[in-house]
Amino acid sequence: MSEIDTQRRQFLKTSAGAAAIAIAPGMMLIQTAHGDTQAASSKVRWGMLIDTAQCKEGCNDCVSACNKENGLSGKTGPTDSQWIRKIEIKDISSGRGLSLPMMCQHCEHPPCVDVCPTNASFKRADGIVLVDRHRCIGCRYCMMACPYKARSFVHEPLQDQNPDVPRGKGTVEACSLCVHRIDKGQIPACAEACQNKAILFGDLNDANSEIAKKIRSVASVQIRADLQLNTGVRYQGL
Amino acid sequence: MADLSALRSKNRLYYVLLALGGLVVLGGAYAVHMMEHYGHVISGMNNQIVWGMPHVFAIFLIVAASGVLNVASIGSVFGKAMYKARAPLASLLSIAMLSGGLAVLMLDLGRPDRLVVAATNYNLTSVFAWNVVLYSGMFSLVVVYLWTMMERRMNPFNKAAGLAVFVWRFVLTTGTGLIFAFLTARQAYGSALLPPMFIVLSFAWGLAVFHVVQLAIYTWNEKALDPAIMERKKKLLGVFVVGSLYMVATYHMTNLYFAHQTGFERFILLDGGVYPNLFWWGYIVLGNLLPLLLIFVPALSGNKSVLAASLLVILGGFALLYVFIIGGQAYPLNIFPGYEASSSFADGQISAYVPSLYEFLLGFGGLAIAFIITTVSVRVLNFMPQDKPYISD
Repeated sequence: MSEIDTQRRQFLKTSAGAAAIAIAPGMMLIQTAHGDTQAASSKVRWGMLIDTAQCKEGCNDCVSACNKENGLSGKTGPTDSQWIRKIEIKDISSGRGLSLPMMCQHCEHPPCVDVCPTNASFKRADGIVLVDRHRCIGCRYCMMACPYKARSFVHEPLQDQNPDVPRGKGTVEACSLCVHRIDKGQIPACAEACQNKAILFGDLNDANSEIAKKIRSVASVQIRADLQLNTGVRYQGL
Repeated sequence: MADLSALRSKNRLYYVLLALGGLVVLGGAYAVHMMEHYGHVISGMNNQIVWGMPHVFAIFLIVAASGVLNVASIGSVFGKAMYKARAPLASLLSIAMLSGGLAVLMLDLGRPDRLVVAATNYNLTSVFAWNVVLYSGMFSLVVVYLWTMMERRMNPFNKAAGLAVFVWRFVLTTGTGLIFAFLTARQAYGSALLPPMFIVLSFAWGLAVFHVVQLAIYTWNEKALDPAIMERKKKLLGVFVVGSLYMVATYHMTNLYFAHQTGFERFILLDGGVYPNLFWWGYIVLGNLLPLLLIFVPALSGNKSVLAASLLVILGGFALLYVFIIGGQAYPLNIFPGYEASSSFADGQISAYVPSLYEFLLGFGGLAIAFIITTVSVRVLNFMPQDKPYISD
């Protein structure tokens, strides 16, 4: 065996070692970034039941909680994002007034997902409708298609974002049902913040869950039920 | 020598025109840069009016790009010699307007830098994704079609290419109409009438653009267009204008018939401020009635009348699209039928929209791209219609 060969072996060993040292932290970071990689289960369908009788006119607690949780400015100008808003409605024939929160209804057949050219709008296995901020090209077709005006377009550069909820200028966003909280076993910020417990969150598919029992026992409606989108958010007392 | 100086001044004029077009394109590029830097907040668009002035320009250009090919189809598919002589120019205009329109559409995106994402991720249920295929396919097909016309050895394939373009552009304009037809939740859209309406509108707008360019080219080359040819093509424009007026009227009449749509129609046709004005004065009077007078009143015959009629049809097209796209979004979405609604997110309110300068710069930038492509191509290649001494059909 010549001397040159040993040198080469030594060189290869050192290179392999150096490469491993260089890559390892990156791999670890990726692992950390992905966090718990357990996939969402299609056995679950997350949803909400909103009791309009308990929702008070003028109360904005759910909206404030959402803004804080998701790092929204809370401004309500025409170009500002509003993931959840309070709507005051009045029955034209009877004059009866109601107040209720409106946000992404997390449809089973979401029109936004149908029209999105790049599959950036998608529905997770557990029924949560989300926007992949890396894929969204900002065409706003989903905003045209949504029957609930649930989506906002980021019109300006953003500062001080919540690390759990990345957002991006030039992309579309909406209520994520606080997916980052759900994945940690918590309930959405709006449901937690509501003092009158008007927002009941849970698994619509689990027959023993509080929400499923309630939906079986009280009259609830889907908004624009005529469109047959099978929304995950239901309203009681409407 | 006198001849030569005339040639020189024309040469100079060509470069001046090119420079002017280039300046307008630069203006568009500046608008794109600003919207990229500051975000769409500097446009007039917002979370209620999500598609604005750029979309009016882009959709006009794309629809006209499909309609202008009518001239080519009547020649290649139906074998009319007079139109066949004009097929190359029509194809060129189609490519030019498609380029301009697509540029505006792409550059208005929130993330135009992600074009690769749009090209590599197709959602098969999305009309937008279909249109990515339809637009790029149309572009390639028309290039091939031009090749079969301008390269002698390719002539045998001309008929087949012409037929393919004929079919493709119908599908393409159907796709453009479907963008709106599939929006079931919005009062203004969600109608199966929209694809055929867009097809008929494309005939009128495309032919109007063709007339303007053809007259410009003949004037530039100091040739007089045979009045018999002008007469026939002028009448064709008249027929298309009447046809498109019929489609638009049908669309509004069907809406008026549905009780739940009367509120929207009232807004667009009667008390919506700028929208009824643009509809009645811009589209109906300037864009239809006046052109029809210019076309069908015998005392008004002549190239100038045709030019004026064509320009008015184009203007009317912009007015109609403004009413359709922006007026359609300004009217509140009916989330709670039977209820009055109000909120911090403009529920139950008419949304305000004032287009910003940047949107106009971007739109005119698209027009300028089409203008430059046409001007350069007409200069370096032979797109001048070559009529036979005797036209049998």
